[in-house]
Amino acid sequence: MNNIWTIAKREYDNYFNSPLAYVIGFVILLILGVLFSAIMFFGSQQSMFGGTAPNTEQLTWWFSFLLIISIPILTMRLISDEARMGTLELMLTAPVRDLELVIGKWLGAFLYVLTLASVTLVYPVIMDNFITPGLDWRVVLASYIGLILFSGTLIALGVGISAIFTNQFAAFFITFGLFIFLTFFVGIPASLLQKGGEFFDYLSFNTHFFNSMNRGTINLGDIVYFLSLTALGLFTGSTAIEIRRWR
Amino acid sequence: MIKVSGLTKDYGARRAIHNLSFDAQQGEIVGFLGPNGAGKTTTMRILTGYMPPTDGEAIVAGYDVVEESLEVRKRVGYLPETVPLYTDMVVFDYLKFMGDLRRIPNVDDRVDEVLDQVGLSDRANGYIGNLSKGMRQRVGLAQALMHRPEVLILDEPTIGLDPGQVVEVRKLIREIGKERTVLLSTHLLNEAQNICDRVLIINKGKIVAEDTTENLQARLIGAERVMLRVRGEADDLAKTIKLVKGVQGVETKEDGSVEFEFASGKDVRPEVAKQVIKSGYDLIELRPLGMSLEEIFLELTGSDSKKK
Repeated sequence: MNNIWTIAKREYDNYFNSPLAYVIGFVILLILGVLFSAIMFFGSQQSMFGGTAPNTEQLTWWFSFLLIISIPILTMRLISDEARMGTLELMLTAPVRDLELVIGKWLGAFLYVLTLASVTLVYPVIMDNFITPGLDWRVVLASYIGLILFSGTLIALGVGISAIFTNQFAAFFITFGLFIFLTFFVGIPASLLQKGGEFFDYLSFNTHFFNSMNRGTINLGDIVYFLSLTALGLFTGSTAIEIRRWR
Repeated sequence: MIKVSGLTKDYGARRAIHNLSFDAQQGEIVGFLGPNGAGKTTTMRILTGYMPPTDGEAIVAGYDVVEESLEVRKRVGYLPETVPLYTDMVVFDYLKFMGDLRRIPNVDDRVDEVLDQVGLSDRANGYIGNLSKGMRQRVGLAQALMHRPEVLILDEPTIGLDPGQVVEVRKLIREIGKERTVLLSTHLLNEAQNICDRVLIINKGKIVAEDTTENLQARLIGAERVMLRVRGEADDLAKTIKLVKGVQGVETKEDGSVEFEFASGKDVRPEVAKQVIKSGYDLIELRPLGMSLEEIFLELTGSDSKKK
């Protein structure tokens, strides 16, 4: 546990030492800020004519979508760059288990995303003050739990892929491609097939986050889905490192 | 402290090291001498638990490198060949990070101590990326010393250092080697002679010689080779030198200097000098030539292409 924390802390600090993390944080918060203003403005006009009151669903939707783009950037170098620089040799000869290294890297990036997510909590708080009768906080809570599980999953997959490659850009494109595939494309056969379509539907991020938790429903199936994908990503990472040792 | 038997490592079809066996005791500095690609780094990587061997067994600090890798790694300090450092970190933070991974108590004090040992105290708050190669080498060494390891494995520890630093680092290694086991690799013969109690010469993945430095020298250098230079033209210099009893293998070089050998213990240099001066030459240089590593290899591997 100690080792995981030491590694995570270094990664977390490292994000704040590099311009990249600031740029990503800035862009995400800028886009969400503009979106928030638009929702408040148009939402309030719509509701005057009997439309629905503004809510945070769109904000968390966009936040997650921006994470699909930015998490591959955050995770691409986590392990691949260590392999390229040779520092992996140092980590692999320190008294640290391979899985501890992978989990430490994962946790560092996860804490960074959690930091970003906690900043976005100002939006529901402000929104709640402006609308009557106020936000349904249960929906907000479900969205955020989903968001946290979702980003943990994305980061785990990103770290796992980063461990496979020595070139960080290869890691980026594969990670990003996988996320896009799991969001938009894997569900397609579900609408085309007569039978067995549920399987493809089950694999999609849409099913478990965008159309589920983000809308305020929490069910065990979604949680299991995210936790098992997270475990898969971390396991892939430690296996990839194990394979590196044998090469 | 280190006991290796029958160690073999294959990279695909290529056999990097072949049936290597040796050991090293506590308080001993063992040098690994060999040309590039001889298998030095591969062996060290196996001993530090970085990668498993294809065959054979290695016990370091009492633990098996494959079965009890973590225990081995706790007790070994390792300076890899390409000193791996996080260039975007401050020296102090980097050492503290490595110390934390090894659960060193009072890590801040220890970092100060180690920085002092390698002479980098004034750079503690500088970024590693801004350090010269020699300084990075010393940061790497500091990292290897952090946890006072029982076994220290150093891959080319003095490469890239300037002469003053080389002396310092060698002194430091000798000091550490008094109580602990040090295994270091080098391709510099004089370095091995200078620091090591014992030398293993490795070539093409096999140990070709193993002995104390003194013995090895005596065994290898049955004859001592000397270079001699005179001012101006020296057409018959070689002939003149050949007249002296005990002189062998006289050879005139392109630059006009002459090299010759004499059997160890039968130093003929004074006689040669007298002879040269008597013949009317102005002697300006007479100096012993060390045996180069290449020559030692040719000697040991019994290669035919002895003279270039």
